[in-house]
Amino acid sequence: MRLLGLAARRLAASLPALLLILIGLFLLLQLAPGDTVDALMAQMGGGDERIATELRVFYGLDLSVPARLGQYLLRLVQLDLGYSAIYGKPVATVILERLPATLLLMTASLSFAFAFGAVLGVVAARRVNRWPDTLISTLGLIFYATPSFWFGLMAIVVFSVHLQWLPAGGFGDVALGLTGFAAVLDIAKHLVLPTLTLALIYLAISLRIMRAAMLEVLTLDFVRTARAKGLTETRVVARHVLRNALLPMITLIGLQVGTMLGGSVVVESVFTLPGLGRLAYESVVQRDLNTLLGIAFVSALLVIAANFIVDMLYARLDPRISSGG
Amino acid sequence: MNGPTRREALLLAASAIAAPGFTAMPAFAQETPKRGGVMTVHFATEQRILNPSLQASTGVYIVGGKIQEPLVDLDSAGNPSPVLAESWESSADGKTITFRLRQGVTWHDGKPFTSADVQFTAMEMWKKILNYSTALQQFLTAVDTPDAHTAVFRYERPMPLGLLLRALPDLGYVSPKHIYEGTDIRANPANTAPIGTGPFKFVQYERGQFIIAERNPTYWRPNLPYLDRIVWRVVTDRSAAAAQMEAGQILFSPYSSLTIADSQRLGRDPRFEVTTRGNEGNARTNTLEFNFRRTELADVRVRRAIAHAINIPFFIENFLGDFAKPGTGPIPSVSTDYYPGADVPQYGFDKAAANRLLDEAGFRRGAGGLRFTLRLTPAPWGEDIALFSTYIQQSLSEVGIRIEIVRLDAAGFLRTVYREHDFDLATGWHQYRSDPAVSTTVWYRSGSPVGAPWTNQFGWQNDAADKLMDDAATEVDPVKRRALYADFVRLVQTELPVWMPIEQLFLSTFNKKLKNTGNNPRWASSSWHDTWLDS
Repeated sequence: MRLLGLAARRLAASLPALLLILIGLFLLLQLAPGDTVDALMAQMGGGDERIATELRVFYGLDLSVPARLGQYLLRLVQLDLGYSAIYGKPVATVILERLPATLLLMTASLSFAFAFGAVLGVVAARRVNRWPDTLISTLGLIFYATPSFWFGLMAIVVFSVHLQWLPAGGFGDVALGLTGFAAVLDIAKHLVLPTLTLALIYLAISLRIMRAAMLEVLTLDFVRTARAKGLTETRVVARHVLRNALLPMITLIGLQVGTMLGGSVVVESVFTLPGLGRLAYESVVQRDLNTLLGIAFVSALLVIAANFIVDMLYARLDPRISSGG
Repeated sequence: MNGPTRREALLLAASAIAAPGFTAMPAFAQETPKRGGVMTVHFATEQRILNPSLQASTGVYIVGGKIQEPLVDLDSAGNPSPVLAESWESSADGKTITFRLRQGVTWHDGKPFTSADVQFTAMEMWKKILNYSTALQQFLTAVDTPDAHTAVFRYERPMPLGLLLRALPDLGYVSPKHIYEGTDIRANPANTAPIGTGPFKFVQYERGQFIIAERNPTYWRPNLPYLDRIVWRVVTDRSAAAAQMEAGQILFSPYSSLTIADSQRLGRDPRFEVTTRGNEGNARTNTLEFNFRRTELADVRVRRAIAHAINIPFFIENFLGDFAKPGTGPIPSVSTDYYPGADVPQYGFDKAAANRLLDEAGFRRGAGGLRFTLRLTPAPWGEDIALFSTYIQQSLSEVGIRIEIVRLDAAGFLRTVYREHDFDLATGWHQYRSDPAVSTTVWYRSGSPVGAPWTNQFGWQNDAADKLMDDAATEVDPVKRRALYADFVRLVQTELPVWMPIEQLFLSTFNKKLKNTGNNPRWASSSWHDTWLDS
């Protein structure tokens, strides 16, 4: 019951934010020069004025801005995201088609970054200022400083072009027409490089946070007590330090979910994955307002959901948080 | 690996001795086509529709041109060749053009192709919706169908047969009447799942990922096509596309979709061929567009001075490489029927002349050697345009004109330049489409409605030029037509409302496993019925 109450309060607090985001985006896109018909004309390579006028009527652009905003919000209340100009389908369908790739890439990268970041952070903290720590910290710095598109392209050059171990891009090999387990394996193969590319920068952040948190917790009194009890160092780290040091990591994940949704535009483009990031980019370039607002809506929902889960995890890791109300 | 085998080389040598006239025959002509295989194609920009009867653009032809067919296409020599129309004739006054249609052709859904389809497509799509075609067909009054295999086009004003036949390969794709009749054409589901008569049948379009088409087993050309399937892979990142070519995931990248650096690199790799072959029908020129609303630019001396200040051969040599050459006017040299030669006013690199012209026009150097400041808006497509805009900026600073570059995306560029006229200089591409009347003279004809992209939105008006363009568009005699266009080029090169100093063909990048490529002037757009894959 408490959980439900918390969930409801959280959701209620995020609704106004969501509304503001959508209205803001709608108005911002009005400021961009040109509309979706101009974008289409650019793609068509020209056409006369009558065609443009007819197309504006077809896309509903002949109405005033307030009228269109009103229409949009009215539809949104009925949970209708509208119709996509570029894709000629309902926005909800377009987004649902793209969601699996983004979620898969995001989950895989976050898990990878979290797991390896935690392990490397612990190793670095236990060997602080010795060579493993220096090596891990230097690697972390390199991962953090290198732009992901460069990593992606280099990974393609090495693993796809020269070694030919992994495919250079795409979300499954369409030419083969695979089904069942073979198709799952195929998608997994296609996701290896993008997952690593996207994860590296987050891996660097998590390992540094983990290292810092570990070092801090290691100096606390209860650790000294645990050691005084005669516990082995491994047991001290695993049972007493790690659990406390994980809290900042959990916070980080909640924040990273949001960044990763946007940050994957680059990785999705380089590896030609059909994800939300590329869809959003395409929508801006093509001035497809409905699709863009739909993506903002869904992304906001995803971030809210992720933060909600993080809050619940806090409560589990540190009982003081939920009792504090 | 892909060269002639020893045996073939011996045969070639033997034939070279026996018949010296045939030594130029390339080795691949000797190979026997293999059936089967999947051709993978780079698809760089996602399209809203795939039906080429509704949208005339290379992004549509690259897919729709394999599924639907035009009445007429171009053969290897660039002459009109029959596809869905077997023959054609024009009446003496040029107002009636009769097409005899191919018999025994069926749509992919099994219905027969008849003159009713041609009539419907011409009246409802070519005349009303298809870009460039609406202007071309504005005087089309009716299409008569005396029988199921004859279509008679009736025009209010004379339609030169040469113009129509050169325009139809791009603007003459036929759509099935039984699918479109009585529907909202723009919203018809067949727009993204096209039904045609072509060698490949549409299978699937997965947005953001791929399009698949497979062999049409009942294609009217016997035993064709050779390929089993075509898969277009959506790859928006240029460097990623080059990597996929190298990894063998893509076999063909059309229309200069790779970066200039990657094209040059792949061109040196023996596995690939980077060429303009097969793109002769798709010439483009780089433009420098002057806004006459700026008093400085309304003076012809200033426009000529700007042209004199830019060293085009230097720019081409250092930035564009082998695939571009200096242009001589709006009609490119590949258009052999209408190209008037270089013997029209030209503006070679001459800084002294540029300075003198600017002084004469009354724009003397002021503080810091500056004469005046202009805003240059480059079109966002094409790496060469971005490079050219920077080069213009640097060149003009040498003669005392400061340039501020205003970069916009596609929608913003069209809106700002062609609707709001909020620019001083703009630079982009002019696309030549086989005949000057299709997409070239619109750059110069006055009276174009505000907002029509790639038309005269510059505030330039010249009665003599307007008359030349109008006369040429309806002149039935090819010799007179050619002379009218030569006069037109001379006039616009003198007045210089738009300067078109660079001529380019699109680049195709092929994996050499693909055979029978680039064998007509619009190959990337054509049907690929005879393309095959060497395993």
